[in-house]
Amino acid sequence: MGVWGRYRLRLRRKRLRFRAFRRRRELSVVVNRTKEIGRSDILVFAVLRNERVRLPYFLRYYRDLGVNRFLIVENGSDDGSREYLAEQKDVSLWTTSASYKGSRYGVDWVNWLLMRYGHKHWTLTVDVDEFFIYPFCDTRPIRALTDWLDTYALRAFPAMVLDMYPKGSIEATQYREGQNPFEIANYFDSGNYMISKNPTFRNLWIQGGPRARMMFADNPQEAPSLNKIPLVKWHRSYCFASSTHMLLPRGLNAVYDEWGGERPAGCLLHAKFLSTLKSKVDEEMVRKQHFAGSREYLAYAETLKDDPDLWCKWSEKYINWRQLEILGLMSKGNWA
Amino acid sequence: MTVGFIMMCHTALDRAAQVARFWSVAGCPVVIHVDRRVPRHEFREFVQALADLENVSFSRRYACEWGTWSLVAATQTAAMQMLMQHRNVRHVYLASGSCLPLRPTNELVDYLNERPNTDFVESVTTADVTWTVGGIDYERFTLRFPFSWRRQRKLFDTYVRLQRRFRVNRKIPNGIVPHLGSQWWCLTRQTLSAILEDKDRAKYDSYFRRVWIPDESYFQTLARLYSTNIESRSLTLSKFDFQGKPHTFYDDHLQLLRRSDCFVARKIWPHADRLFEAFLAPPETQAARAEPNPGKIDRLFAKAVERRKRGRPGLYMQSRFPVKDHENGKTCAPYSVFHGFSDLFENFDGWLARSVGGRVHGHIFGPDGVEFAGDETIFNGALICSAKLRDHNPRSFLTNLIWNTRGERQCFQFSPRDNQECNWFMATDPNAQISVVSGTWAVPLLRSNLNFSEIRKEAARLQKLETEHLEILRTMYVKARVRIWTMAEFIENPMEPLQTIIDEIRPRSSRQPAEVPKLVDLTGFGQFLQNMKNQGMQPMLMGDFAVGLDPRPPLPEQNRPYLVR
Repeated sequence: MGVWGRYRLRLRRKRLRFRAFRRRRELSVVVNRTKEIGRSDILVFAVLRNERVRLPYFLRYYRDLGVNRFLIVENGSDDGSREYLAEQKDVSLWTTSASYKGSRYGVDWVNWLLMRYGHKHWTLTVDVDEFFIYPFCDTRPIRALTDWLDTYALRAFPAMVLDMYPKGSIEATQYREGQNPFEIANYFDSGNYMISKNPTFRNLWIQGGPRARMMFADNPQEAPSLNKIPLVKWHRSYCFASSTHMLLPRGLNAVYDEWGGERPAGCLLHAKFLSTLKSKVDEEMVRKQHFAGSREYLAYAETLKDDPDLWCKWSEKYINWRQLEILGLMSKGNWA
Repeated sequence: MTVGFIMMCHTALDRAAQVARFWSVAGCPVVIHVDRRVPRHEFREFVQALADLENVSFSRRYACEWGTWSLVAATQTAAMQMLMQHRNVRHVYLASGSCLPLRPTNELVDYLNERPNTDFVESVTTADVTWTVGGIDYERFTLRFPFSWRRQRKLFDTYVRLQRRFRVNRKIPNGIVPHLGSQWWCLTRQTLSAILEDKDRAKYDSYFRRVWIPDESYFQTLARLYSTNIESRSLTLSKFDFQGKPHTFYDDHLQLLRRSDCFVARKIWPHADRLFEAFLAPPETQAARAEPNPGKIDRLFAKAVERRKRGRPGLYMQSRFPVKDHENGKTCAPYSVFHGFSDLFENFDGWLARSVGGRVHGHIFGPDGVEFAGDETIFNGALICSAKLRDHNPRSFLTNLIWNTRGERQCFQFSPRDNQECNWFMATDPNAQISVVSGTWAVPLLRSNLNFSEIRKEAARLQKLETEHLEILRTMYVKARVRIWTMAEFIENPMEPLQTIIDEIRPRSSRQPAEVPKLVDLTGFGQFLQNMKNQGMQPMLMGDFAVGLDPRPPLPEQNRPYLVR
């Protein structure tokens, strides 16, 4: 890419940041505990809508990893999510009834919060149904990882989305509040991921898994992207360009090795395919607030009609991160 | 006689205090150097925390920067203080604030008492060192390095280049021989005081002040002048990775560290509570020690570096996506491609599966879908048979297939009708065994129920595709094991080439193919080719077939060709 191309990316980054800056007006504070953020705290950022039933486990999971603070944007919930979050001592909460689509699927809001509160912190930007795992996550807290990344001056850490699903009908087992979703959805696809490189942003574009296999086999171009970079040592000049798939400046997207070696990488276990999906899809079909004309949700609705079984005989049952590393879905890199 | 510890601290002072207390309580004097950039209140707290211990003292503080003289200056000052204040110290042990003693202090004291005149300092001449960072090894001693590598990288690099250009060659004073080694040493009072009280010390100091990373060479070099007995190894366990950064130890390394033969480990993650708890417990409460097995630690870290530098061959993933020709294994295991065989023999995959074992697929790049072995619709790793999904990224499909079936050889059929996108990839892959019978794509056309004009068009298309593929397979870039026969050549004696291929797949199998694969009925093939020629198309790839003389399967007595094994 020439000077002009790079300059255009710079302009794009400035535009995205300005956009995020303007959208800050859409957010109104419910509880702001950001004053309590310590200098070395690890922060989780999330945007959500009507996720009350998932919240207790979500918060517990990340607290157990050693995350200190949550900064959450709540987008027009009516199921008590807001009240529940406002009570949590480590959550700062903003609310908005503005359009999710209008804020580029929540990215503008998150970019603003990151710019304002994330500067010089390790930040983890996830959805409420994404659970971050990394090498040694069962024996080392997340701070061990961020400290290690700091010694190598690495600013970003990749984690591919791994769609988890139950065996049998999604509706069969009801998800209960506080339950570990992977007690129900404990299967995943181990080796059908397609990777190519995006030359403009330098990120890898990964597709595959059960969604590509079951819902987008005839239209693979539109299968959802699974590459994500959720853990970033934030600087106020950064921004997410498209969800957490791509960052600007684009050097942050180069989280992979190109000369044959392996860099460390984690996974985001994605607990989407639970009993909660159906009502979510019905709601989204009316709201039409999701990416690319909600084509993903259209596909879900189409598939869910027949009460599908995402499980197949080659589905792998989830055990732990070591299993994922052996399968080649994540890597320890040179972290030992 | 005892050992005195010098601790160089700059972060995690609470942990450093714990360690200092551990040594001090065991009767070993400790001199602590704290980086001057540590804020005053933190320093004061640190001093306070150790105030009750009378054999712990603090030395003059320097602002230490990695790779510069300040580290040596700080060490010198602390060492002087140690030697002056504590007469009963025979060995001085240099440790850092992120070190952790792995064995009770009395074991170390006993060990050193048994070796009263031995200096433990890793000290190697530059010619023998392979681990230096940045490609500067001997030049450390012949160039000047006034700029910080961390903060002033550009200036640093420019100045190095400039000096190289003007052939700067510093004179090494008094003909000392530069040695390098780990900066964590344990020297005897004799050696250390000889270094510090040398009449030429000013000369050496001013020389080393401009040497690159002098803390890895100052004591290592000068100890050679005075020591009577150097054991060139460090008593501190410290593992460096390929970027010259020390590996960190965490709670889950506890069992490994118990089996180390070193006395001190570095560096420990400050929040590794279990490690500090276990190793700083009073000696009598510590668990019994296992037999030392330092090889285990070495292997662990060597593997980590290997994984970071070379990775797992044939793996493509979110953090390993090698550019072309740097794959270190384009695929992870050998596989066989049979180009054109399935058109020539009836049920060729069935026969092959019986002859070689392994997994024999049909046309996995077939236009109508992926033909997995056994007509499966879904295969290892949840690959599915959809052609559209496969064609979205054929290369990922192939590498996934080979990766998912590690440990089992994959064979598959190929033809010019299939997706051709991976041709270059397979041709340049040393794991591929590609066997080609060219021109057999015409056989299905012979039996097809199409108008002749359509047949002609299709034949022309397939011939073009196969020619292109063959061109690839004949370039100089080929890394695969390639064999090419024309159809005419092949059917004269099919068993011999087949046997060769099978032997290569299964080198030690004594199994002869139980039967001969059945050739398809080729009646009228010669005439068919002639018809195409008559229509103005030149079928070239199948070799020479005479009109009317139909190729025949080999006679029964030729079933088992005599092969010299």
